[in-house]
Amino acid sequence: MSRGNQSWLMGAWLFITGLLSSSAWADTQLNLTKGVTAVSREVYDLHMLVLYICTAIGIVVFGAMFWSMFFHRKSKGAKAADFHESTKVEILWTAIPIVILIAMAVPATSTLIDMENNDDSEVTIQITGSQWKWHYKYFDQNIEYYSVLSTPREEYENQNGSFAGNGNAKNDNYLLEVDKPLVIPANKKVRFLITSDDVIHSWWIPAFAVKQDANPGFINEAWTNVDIPGVYRGQCAELCGKDHGFMPIVVEVKSPEDYEVWLNEQHALTAQAADAEKASLSTSISKEELMQLGEATYMAHCAACHQPTGLGLPPTFPALKGSVVATQGSIADHISFVQNGKGMMPPFGKQLSLKEIAAVVTYERNAWGNDTGDIVQSSDVKAASEE
Amino acid sequence: MTTETINESLDDSHNDDHHDHKMTGMKRWLYTTNHKDIGTLYLWFAFIMFLTGGALAMVIRIELFQPGLQIVEPDFFNQLTTVHGLIMVFGAIMPAFTGFANWMVPMMIGAPDMALPRMNNWSFWILPFAFAILLGSFFMESGAPNFGWTFYAPLSTTYSNGSTAFFVFAVHIMGISSIMGAINIVVTIMNLRAPGMTYMKMPLFVWTFFITAYLLIAVMPVLAGVVTMLLTDTYFGTSFFDAAGGGDPVMFQHIFWFFGHPEVYIMILPAFGIVSTIIPAFSRKKLFGYSSMVYATSSIALLSFIVWAHHMFTTGMPLFGELFFMYCTMLIAVPTGVKVFNWVATMWRGSLTFETPMLFSIAFVILFTIGGFSGLMLALTPVDFQYHDTYFVVAHFHYVLVTGSLFSIYAGAYFWLPKWTGNMYNESLAKWHFWSSLISVNLLFFPMHFLGLAGMPRRIPDYALQFADFNKWVSIGGFAFGLSQLIFLAVVIKCIKGGDKAPAKPWDGAEGLEWTVASPAPYHTFSTPPKVD
Repeated sequence: MSRGNQSWLMGAWLFITGLLSSSAWADTQLNLTKGVTAVSREVYDLHMLVLYICTAIGIVVFGAMFWSMFFHRKSKGAKAADFHESTKVEILWTAIPIVILIAMAVPATSTLIDMENNDDSEVTIQITGSQWKWHYKYFDQNIEYYSVLSTPREEYENQNGSFAGNGNAKNDNYLLEVDKPLVIPANKKVRFLITSDDVIHSWWIPAFAVKQDANPGFINEAWTNVDIPGVYRGQCAELCGKDHGFMPIVVEVKSPEDYEVWLNEQHALTAQAADAEKASLSTSISKEELMQLGEATYMAHCAACHQPTGLGLPPTFPALKGSVVATQGSIADHISFVQNGKGMMPPFGKQLSLKEIAAVVTYERNAWGNDTGDIVQSSDVKAASEE
Repeated sequence: MTTETINESLDDSHNDDHHDHKMTGMKRWLYTTNHKDIGTLYLWFAFIMFLTGGALAMVIRIELFQPGLQIVEPDFFNQLTTVHGLIMVFGAIMPAFTGFANWMVPMMIGAPDMALPRMNNWSFWILPFAFAILLGSFFMESGAPNFGWTFYAPLSTTYSNGSTAFFVFAVHIMGISSIMGAINIVVTIMNLRAPGMTYMKMPLFVWTFFITAYLLIAVMPVLAGVVTMLLTDTYFGTSFFDAAGGGDPVMFQHIFWFFGHPEVYIMILPAFGIVSTIIPAFSRKKLFGYSSMVYATSSIALLSFIVWAHHMFTTGMPLFGELFFMYCTMLIAVPTGVKVFNWVATMWRGSLTFETPMLFSIAFVILFTIGGFSGLMLALTPVDFQYHDTYFVVAHFHYVLVTGSLFSIYAGAYFWLPKWTGNMYNESLAKWHFWSSLISVNLLFFPMHFLGLAGMPRRIPDYALQFADFNKWVSIGGFAFGLSQLIFLAVVIKCIKGGDKAPAKPWDGAEGLEWTVASPAPYHTFSTPPKVD
């Protein structure tokens, strides 16, 4: 081996070891998760069974090929044999795979029948996907809320083209964290009714082996029964537009006792929110406070499409800066846009409080040089929605 | 009309059509009705599209090199993945195979040309327009299609960025081109075989293209139908796929995959044909189980029509539907297994040499089989719930399409380059191409299995931190694989410009009528049909 070759190899080796040591390989997962439900463990076992069978077949087939490549090569003086057909052999290697396939199909069928048995659930939750968040509604509980990505924008938006380091610092649950996770009880059969408000999404938690598409206008069923309390994370699995990569799913599994406590807390919070909503109708909020709340609400709910700069991403997502709706149009129309949506724009009336809508409309009419000077109060929003 | 009378009339017409008789410059290529010229056009077009689609993939891999949004916006990222998929499927792999069909089918069956030469010209020359429209949409206000190459409604209708009309128009043109190409192949094979060449004496290569052409004729109209429904849903107020108007978004997927699954075999059956030609040549031994290969290819084609919903296990199908499609899909493993076993048996006790076509063919058999294994895993509905729409699927179909279809195309190109150009290609440069492709392609696609199993969804522009290490490796593999393909370009250009003169039959183990004519193949071959016994 020449000297040039050696230094080249050395360089490659340094490069590879550099890559290896620079990264935290301990966190890297190679195989499917076993998960935390009886079904997910069955699925894992099935996965391993097929993997072993495929590996065994691979060893035999590739082994025969490599044997040929080493021992039946012309350079070693191999003379080609003359055989080129055999019905017996063909029947044999048709029949054996069929037997192997049946051996796989039997456990697969029984697992599938388990997965599709949605009877006898104790808790039912409706899951609705929309661009790009999840909505959870507990049946018989008067609890419902949206769950959106809580990773701050500055953690993922490092578009300075710099590859030095890892860009901006990222926390451990980067892109897999939400403001309000779904909460379910352990050791109870929980049924999910899954649908969508706009395009197709797919609700997936690997640890439960549940992945079910959310189809607009149709309801799909899935269920789980988790043994171990904890926090489990997943992501939307069906391409659903621009922020498909930014709508994670987090499920917090609580012991049945803790779950009851949580339910009571939620009922109390719902009542509080209703009171605050009422109170906000009779108070007048300062412009500074409205602008502050408005900016926060805008960043959380509007900036994904209309962008923090208000410039949007035309033509799909129009600009608000200098737009007719946010400057010349009537305040009532502006409120109606936010509350009821239009075309691709989703309705926010259910997601935001009157005060938040008032704040966000105020913000949009005064930010980015829109300077209309308009101030919108909760009572205006209420009045507009009753028209 | 019988074969004989066609041959007679072709003989007559040839009498006043002396020698090459071709126009010069651009006109030769624009007006050509010669199957070899059109084959060349298809192959170059496919390679240019392959480099274009590859360039898009390079941008995708730069973006995914590390966590965080680096160089492209999420919406543009979706445009990249969508157009990458469309270009590679409709612009690279399919036209490359049509190129092979044009060049080789007439020579292999002893025909003077394709049966419908003018249609042949047209079916090629509308393709550049289709891809100009598709790629041109990048420069329009709406941007390029951003709804995935599978264009699921309603993301591609109500929620589209405005690129739907251009997309539909482009797909229609590609579809028309494919249908015309396929009709031409079927008519040629049925009518222009040399006297004595019965169906069961045709080279397996010809058989696979024959069956593929039938698949195309069967499913391309389905694609045309579904994109038209998409168009009317988007612009003319129909509700085929909109529940609010009585339609169903899942019906879109049924129709799309009824096209889409046979489409997958359209992209792999010709590969089987190429590899079944090359492995016997370099094993110096006849193909093992010729007739079982024909039956296996036919059964794969038939089965391809009853497995489409295995792409849709998570859409909420009833249990019975899931079981039916799981069993049918598993069945495909049987004829596919037969093929792999036959190739191994062909090599067994042969007298093997390892020129570049053979190397690519052996890599094809091994790596395609790995793609087949992951396909079998995906067939099992309960585990598919975990694999579906993850990088495991991305790994699976890239093993089948890149190390499967693309590797077979390379194998075939190296095998027939001496016949096409009259010169031998540079073997050591070609081996560089092979080994660098082989290593980088596995670095590129193998870790994707792990990413998928660990839970990384496909089609995302940014990912959680536990996926960072493998993505870095995958990107490095991607860049290396991309660069390696430029070696192929160098080999081909060198080979066209010169090199050792190729004899009529440069491979001592090769069989078939194409090796009975000179290298390079004369502009017109088999004006008088050869006799096959």
